[in-house]
Amino acid sequence: MTRMLELRNVNSFYGNIQALYDVNLYIDPGEIITLIGANGAGKSTTLMTVCGVVQARSGQVVYQEEEITREAPNKIVAKGICQVPEGRLIFPELSVRENLDMGAFMRNDKDGIKRDIEYCFDLFPILAQRRRQPGGNLSGGEQQMLAIARALMARPRLLLLDEPSMGLAPLVVRQIFDIVQKINKESGTTIFLVEQNANLALKIGHRGYVMENGRIVLTDTCDKLLADESVKRAYLGL
Amino acid sequence: MEYFLELFFGGLTRGSIYALIALGYTMVYGIIELINFAHGEIYMIGAFTGLIVAGLLTMLGFPGISILAIALVCAVIWAAAYGYTVEKVAYKPLRGAPRLSPLISAIGMSIFLQNYVMLSQTSDFLPFPELVPKFGFMKHFGSMLSSSELVIVVATVLVCVGLTLFIKYTRLGKAMRATAQNRKMAMLVGINVDMVISATFIIGSSLAAVGGVLIASHIGQINYYIGFIAGIKAFTAAVLGGIGSLPGAMLGGLVLGLTEAYATGYVSSDYEDVFAFCLLVLILIFRPAGIMGKDKIQKV
Repeated sequence: MTRMLELRNVNSFYGNIQALYDVNLYIDPGEIITLIGANGAGKSTTLMTVCGVVQARSGQVVYQEEEITREAPNKIVAKGICQVPEGRLIFPELSVRENLDMGAFMRNDKDGIKRDIEYCFDLFPILAQRRRQPGGNLSGGEQQMLAIARALMARPRLLLLDEPSMGLAPLVVRQIFDIVQKINKESGTTIFLVEQNANLALKIGHRGYVMENGRIVLTDTCDKLLADESVKRAYLGL
Repeated sequence: MEYFLELFFGGLTRGSIYALIALGYTMVYGIIELINFAHGEIYMIGAFTGLIVAGLLTMLGFPGISILAIALVCAVIWAAAYGYTVEKVAYKPLRGAPRLSPLISAIGMSIFLQNYVMLSQTSDFLPFPELVPKFGFMKHFGSMLSSSELVIVVATVLVCVGLTLFIKYTRLGKAMRATAQNRKMAMLVGINVDMVISATFIIGSSLAAVGGVLIASHIGQINYYIGFIAGIKAFTAAVLGGIGSLPGAMLGGLVLGLTEAYATGYVSSDYEDVFAFCLLVLILIFRPAGIMGKDKIQKV
C-alpha cells in the first residue's frame, strides 16, 4: 500500500535554531493520526515543514511516493495537502463567503466550488447564517469552523489540523472533534491532528505520536497510548 | 470665484499626481509593510523614459496624440521593469530580516537611482515637450482649466476606478487582498506570494510612471531630483489617507493637493509645504491611523 505521507529523518530549523531532530513518521490513507506534545515541542513546525512554509534542511518529506521536501507551498496545496493553522488565521476583512472562496483559490470548477460551499454550510450551519459578515467578527469557535471549512474547500486528500481546540469552550471543542471524525468517515480524508489536548486527540485518533523537544519519543495506537503510564503522567494529568 | 475654481483645478491636478504615486506606496506597504523609498525614483524614471521616447518619436515625425500614447506605454513598461528589479535586488533577499534592514535598503536604492540618472543623463533641468494637444472645447474654461490638467484628472479617475475593480474582482486582486491580510495563510491556501509581491511592485510602478509622464508634460521640465520631492509628498498623502488603504491614498492625494493649491493661492507659495505638513500633523494627532486607516485590532 502506498503511504499518504512519510517523513524520513527530517531536520528543520528557524534560522540557526534547530526545531526538529530526525523526525520519522508516516500516515496511511484514511487514518486519523495525532501528534501530541507540550508547548514548543515542534508540533507546528512539523506541519509547516510538510506544507513547505518551513523547508527541511535535511531528510525527506514524501507524499504519495513523491518527494515534496523542496516544493513551494502553493505547489504542495495543489497536490492535495491543506492545513488549518494554529490560531486559525482567518482573513479578517473578507466575508465568510469570501474566506471560503479563498480556500478554493487553486480550483477552477465553478459548479464544484458551489457544491462544496453548500456542503460546508451543511456541516457548519452557523457559517451559512453569517456568510456576509467579515471573518474578523466571528467568535473563536466560529472562526475555527470557518478555518476548517476553508481548508475543505481545497478538497484536500490530507488535512492537517493544528490545535483546533485552542482557546475554545469544551462544548465547542466536542462539536469540532465530532465534525473532524465525520469528515474522515464520510469523505475518507486522511487527517493529521496536532493537539495539546492529548486526552481528546487520542480518543478520536487511530495512531499517535508523542513529541518532546523536537524528537518523536513514542508511537503506538491511540488506545495503547491512552493506557501508557508515562503518557498518562505527562499529558493526561492522571 | 474664477480664481477659486482655478486654484481648485490646479489642486485637483496636483492631487491626482500625488494619488497616483501614493497608491504605489500604500499597496507595497499593505503587502509587505515596507515604505518603498525608491518609489519616487521610479516615478522620475517614468518621466525620463517618456522624455526620451517623445524626443525620438518627434524626430521621426509621429503625430501629436500618438506620441503621448506611445510615450505613456513605454514609460509604464520601463518603470514596471525597474520596480520589479528593485524588489528582487533590494528587498527580496531581506524578506526574513528585521524591519529596519529593507528600509535602509530602500533608501540606498533611492540614492542609487537618483545618482544613476544624474550621471547617465544630466543634473540640469531638461525641457519636456507638451504632449497633450490643446483641445478646442477647452477655450470655454479660459485660464481655469487647461487641456493637460483635464487629461491628468480624467486619467487618474480612470486608473483609480480600474484599480479598484481589479483588486475587487480579479483572481490576482483577490490574492493581493488575502496576502495583505495574512501572508502565511495566503501561502497555505496556495497563493504564490512571491508572484503577488512582484505584481504589486509592477502595478505601483506603472501608476507612478503614468503620473510622471503626465505631470512632466504639464510642468514642462524634469531633472533627476523630481522623484525625491514628489515621493515625499505622495508618501505624506498615503499616510494622511491611512497607509495600506487604496481609497485612503486617493483621498489623501486629493486633500494634500487642494491644501497646497489654496495655501499657494491665498497665502503665499512659500507656505505651501507648511500648510501641507501642518495638515499631516493635525490628522496624525486626531486620527493616528489616517483618514481611511483602520486601527488594527487582533482577535485571538
